[in-house]
Amino acid sequence: MDLDLSEADEAFRTEVRDWLAAHVPATPLPSLESAEGFAAHRDWERELAADRWSVVSWPTEYGGRGASILHWLIFEEEYFAAGAPGRVSQNGIHLLAPTLFAHGTAEQRARVLPAMARGEVIWAQAWSEPESGSDLASLTSSARRAAGGWLLSGQKTWSSRAAFADRAFGLFRSDPDAGKPHHGLTYLMFPLDAEGVTVRPIGRLDGRPAFAELFLDEVFVPDEDVIGEPGQGWRIAMSTTGDERGLTLRSPGRFTAAADRLTALWHEHGDPADTALRDRVADAVIGARAYRLFSYAAASRVLHDEGAPAGAAASLNKIYWSELDIALHETALDLLGPYGELADHAPDSPAHGGWAEGYTFSLAGPIYAGTNEIQRDIVAERLLGLPKGRR
Amino acid sequence: MRFLLDAEQREFARSLDGLLTSCDTPAAIRAWAAGDHAPGRALWARLAEAGVFALAVPERYGGFGPLPLDLSVAFAQVGRHAVPGPLVETVAAAALLDRLGDADAAGAHLPGIASGTTVASLCLTALGPYALDADAADTVLVVDGDTLRVGARPGPVQPSADPGRRLSRPSGGTVLAEGPAVAAAAAHAAGLAALATSAQSLGVGRALLARTVEYVKRRTQFGVPVGSFQAVKHRLADTLLALEFAEPLVHGAALALAAGSPDADRDVAAAKVTAGEAAYRAARTALQLHGAVGYTDELDLSLWIRKARPLRDAWGTPAACRARVLAA
Ligand SMILES: Cc1cc2nc3c(=O)[nH]c(=O)nc-3n(C[C@H](O)[C@H](O)[C@H](O)COP(=O)(O)OP(=O)(O)OC[C@H]3O[C@@H](n4cnc5c(N)ncnc54)[C@H](O)[C@@H]3O)c2cc1C
Repeated sequence: MDLDLSEADEAFRTEVRDWLAAHVPATPLPSLESAEGFAAHRDWERELAADRWSVVSWPTEYGGRGASILHWLIFEEEYFAAGAPGRVSQNGIHLLAPTLFAHGTAEQRARVLPAMARGEVIWAQAWSEPESGSDLASLTSSARRAAGGWLLSGQKTWSSRAAFADRAFGLFRSDPDAGKPHHGLTYLMFPLDAEGVTVRPIGRLDGRPAFAELFLDEVFVPDEDVIGEPGQGWRIAMSTTGDERGLTLRSPGRFTAAADRLTALWHEHGDPADTALRDRVADAVIGARAYRLFSYAAASRVLHDEGAPAGAAASLNKIYWSELDIALHETALDLLGPYGELADHAPDSPAHGGWAEGYTFSLAGPIYAGTNEIQRDIVAERLLGLPKGRR
Repeated sequence: MRFLLDAEQREFARSLDGLLTSCDTPAAIRAWAAGDHAPGRALWARLAEAGVFALAVPERYGGFGPLPLDLSVAFAQVGRHAVPGPLVETVAAAALLDRLGDADAAGAHLPGIASGTTVASLCLTALGPYALDADAADTVLVVDGDTLRVGARPGPVQPSADPGRRLSRPSGGTVLAEGPAVAAAAAHAAGLAALATSAQSLGVGRALLARTVEYVKRRTQFGVPVGSFQAVKHRLADTLLALEFAEPLVHGAALALAAGSPDADRDVAAAKVTAGEAAYRAARTALQLHGAVGYTDELDLSLWIRKARPLRDAWGTPAACRARVLAA
């Protein structure tokens, strides 16, 4: 075993770093949870795409560089270390794209992926419903057969970035008589500005419209926007949740960069006599390193053909990064003392900025992408082999 | 010994609870956050009428205090209903002016505080640069070292993570007193503020727990109430445990303050850190167990969730409190 990167890997890192140094905006873009910020982030996606940095791991024909998972990890480390903008395209890139690579048609890939890579079409995930959160298979919104396609009706909710996005992908009940709840579901893509769609933004904890609910009234979707076979939606969608929880949604670079910023904050503001806080800073740094090495090990397994990690291992990942993220931000707020209470837009907010929004967002981590309670059950049952509980 | 609230104190708590339940405090908080103080001031008047502020003011100035234990009882209800405004700061200002021993100053401010016509804010710069809700206050006091200034002007509002808290840096004002008496009075005021804040935290935590327990009984997933899952039950049981063990520390600290005990500072610090952390844990649990709906600002729950952390840190951070516990 070794942890050394090859010369080619290091050369890739340098190339990424140089590009970012020349392109990352000097002043942070406005929050992407605002109309203005959304537009600025779209421009940024376009700039990334122009030099093929928006989707490095995709095949070149769709705008990527065919980079290995190792290079993707390196790219992400450099991206976050450079303080580059948050990715407004992330739902599409991390959730829809892998699904289309696995289950889509060539026509769908050609139509959807390049526009996604360029930030021209921003995607929202429309899975949850008011009564169907953890128990997603209980969803009731429907897809009814129509000439040449389907008619969608029902209500979706908590759809991230749907307030400003262009299109959505989601699950609908196409066969109410299928017997089991997770049978008879169909996975479809639909435009958010289509006739019959009403989008109502919902303010998250800090009031920003970070998600929205969608009311669908007989929204027509052509057959070419069905992903995979009708009725097979559950199986197809579940192949995406692994991506959501696993490596790709939250790369270690995000946390190593945040841990570096936290360390700087400690050196600047920390009271050396406050050993309890010092220990928490150290724990966050250690946690980020553990997550990074764990991810490198997982990537090695893929690269050296030792079998991809079991799907349930993605649950370990999800629990780890979401709890690390909160600990990291709580520690930062404690370090900031009386300034930790300020919102990011307060005139006195520390110039390092972003800790308040980062904290608020971290609190959602144990809820989305499958709550941590559900993930712990999955770990206990599938990785430890404990008896299945009532569910 | 009888380490229990007496019947009168329990009745006081019940009546405040009833009063505040009928007041639509969430609407008052949302208005307060938007800079409209009228509903908050109306609430303030009702609390004054119920005697809450008089508990911090001695009889000769129109009050019937100082009664730290009764204040704790009242502030637990203030927290339970997330009442907006500088309530803690106002009772702390009363304690400061009372302890200062300047009859003119006390006579000028304390009757108004007791009757509810004077809303005060107080900034001890040793604890932080901000005064809470100074833009809504009738008088702003600042203690800088051993100088006390009154009539300070509020600076521009610095939005807090909790929109119901409006912070600003006060400036100016006239020097009212200087010297060691100021420092001693300020320390006394900080103790009462920390006590009231811990009681308020306790109330915030209790409200979060109660709402979450109701929610997990109603919310069904997988065909059963989510409250029937052990992971959910255990988190709520732990929340209760933390609050139940914080409460005696708060009551004990109130008694120590009332008795002028030499251990009062230690006891208040212990209460503050424990109640603050218990309420913050309760907020994290409430958010987690409400799932995504708890993460929306439309649900009133968010008003309590966002209070918990600033209260944990106000008037003594957990680290500062722990240090005081050991320094005693
Ligand atoms: C910031 C954010 C962004 C989101 N973005 C999207 C999006 O883009 N698209 C989308 O479709 N959805 C999105 N969601 C919704 C998310 O997927 C759901 O919140 C999640 O599935 C949980 O569902 P719920 O919120 O209804 O919680 P519930 O399922 O109602 O759960 C409530 C509580 O009960 C617990 N619980 C439930 N079942 C069990 C069990 N069997 N055992 C133990 N405990 C259990 C949960 O862990 C939770 O603590 C988002 C949510 C958030 C917070």
